Amino acid sequence: MTRIALLAVILLLGGCSADWGWYVVNPQTPAGQTNLIFLLGGLKYTILMSVTAIAISVVLGLVVALPGLSSRRGLRMASRGYVELVRAVPVLVLILWVYYGLPQVSGLTIGVFWAGVIALALSDSAFEAEIFRAGIQSIAKGQYEAAYSVSLSHTDTMRFVILPQALRRILPALGNQLVYMLKMSSLVSVIGMQDLTRRANELVVTEYRPLEIYTILVLEYLLLILLVSAGVRWLERRMQTDAQG
Amino acid sequence: MAMDGGQSGGQEIIRFDGVSKFFGDFRALNGVDFTARAGERIVVCGPSGSGKSTLIRCINGLETHDAGKITVDGTALDGGRRALSKVRREVGMVFQQFNLFPHLTVMENLMLGPVRGRGLPEAEARALAMRYLARVRIPEQADKYPRHLSGGQQQRVAIARSLCMEPRIMLFDEPTSALDPEMISEVLDVMVELAQTGMTMVVVTHEMGFARKVADRMVFMDHGEIVETGPPEQVFANPQSRRCRDFLAKILNH
Ligand SMILES: Nc1ncnc2c1ncn2[C@@H]1O[C@H](COP(=O)(O)OP(=O)(O)OP(=O)(O)O)[C@@H](O)[C@H]1O
Ligand SMILES: [Mg+2]
Repeated sequence: MTRIALLAVILLLGGCSADWGWYVVNPQTPAGQTNLIFLLGGLKYTILMSVTAIAISVVLGLVVALPGLSSRRGLRMASRGYVELVRAVPVLVLILWVYYGLPQVSGLTIGVFWAGVIALALSDSAFEAEIFRAGIQSIAKGQYEAAYSVSLSHTDTMRFVILPQALRRILPALGNQLVYMLKMSSLVSVIGMQDLTRRANELVVTEYRPLEIYTILVLEYLLLILLVSAGVRWLERRMQTDAQG
Repeated sequence: MAMDGGQSGGQEIIRFDGVSKFFGDFRALNGVDFTARAGERIVVCGPSGSGKSTLIRCINGLETHDAGKITVDGTALDGGRRALSKVRREVGMVFQQFNLFPHLTVMENLMLGPVRGRGLPEAEARALAMRYLARVRIPEQADKYPRHLSGGQQQRVAIARSLCMEPRIMLFDEPTSALDPEMISEVLDVMVELAQTGMTMVVVTHEMGFARKVADRMVFMDHGEIVETGPPEQVFANPQSRRCRDFLAKILNH
């Protein structure tokens, strides 16, 4: 938090010099106010898109991770193949392909929002799968053995014994993925999503003040992500005390 | 399932015929023949790496054997899932490291098997859990998490957790080896009481006092083989093999 304060001070000082033109986002003028509201309005889409995408990618990641831990070679290979393939495609390329390519292949019309969500979720699911795999593998063998010896099926063992413990351990990593997702979502601006980045770009085109507008954009992401990080830490602490009774 | 509970003393309940087990090239069990009768209390001992854990882990299919035949309570462990779950339904196991579920309370640890494994209604499972917690003398700890209990209490919870499945056979793999000395007796006491109920027990332990008191039969293993077996008085007083004599001398004198 001190770091943001410091940055704000530097910027304010900068605002005094002749090179800065903070008037574009001056909340005391009607024009500045309109611009500011326009910029901040992108927050809604950035958050909505990221949260939807992470929810889908976590589920997808788990679905991909589980066969990766199977004793069957074919299932492991399929999981591995998915992860390698998806990881090899740049997020931006995936966004373009889902938006322009997928409708032609599938015959469906896909809006900007859902194209962005699908691309982000797909791309992130490979990382989620790796996180789940590592988390599940970190649980001691004795936990499975104890569960089996009280007659739990493999599915119940995963559901009631292994996954709840694994989930606790990977929570910080999942939080990091959400942060990563919030950042990656800026790429969806290229297909016209009205997120933070897109709105900043559009405003720059009409106002010609890239320095101030992009500085605001930096601050928006910074604040958002620091908030999310704090939230993740809080959740982590809470789950820890939960487990301790 | 020929006999249900009761005093079925004498009927064969575990049978190994020429069982071998390999870990890669290493032979952990080497043609083991072994039987246990219902109600029998067997103590297994032997040097580290002799195959004691492997032997009892084969009984409930935590390890699969590579040769020979294992029959538990009339069911042959043939690698099939049905046989495996049938056997596990009748066999409880207590581990050296307790292996309690750390994210669940004591009560939840005890109820999981009965509810999910046996399909009991929650209320019934809770009553069952309370009964066995009382039997291991820690009913007041029901709502705590395992990490808040002492080692001895944790191991008693683990025993209660197995008993909640109402098994016909209980396996113990060095149940007191991870405990501080002052907690060993509270666990052994519970095991002695369990033995008095007529439970079939196969116990890997180096607690020779327990063996003397409880065991109907001792099994001494070395290099994946059962080298010697007999009633404890006989094995202690007059071990037949040199390896068994050396081993007993070592653990009894330390
Ligand atoms: N999963 C495994 N992979 C490879 N080798 C194993 C495995 N489990 C056991 N072994 C080996 O098999 C042999 C017998 O192991 P086992 O655990 O049955 O011995 P033990 O008599 O229980 O010994 P301890 O008193 O140390 O518990 C040992 O040499 C051990 O190293
Ligand atoms: Mg062992």
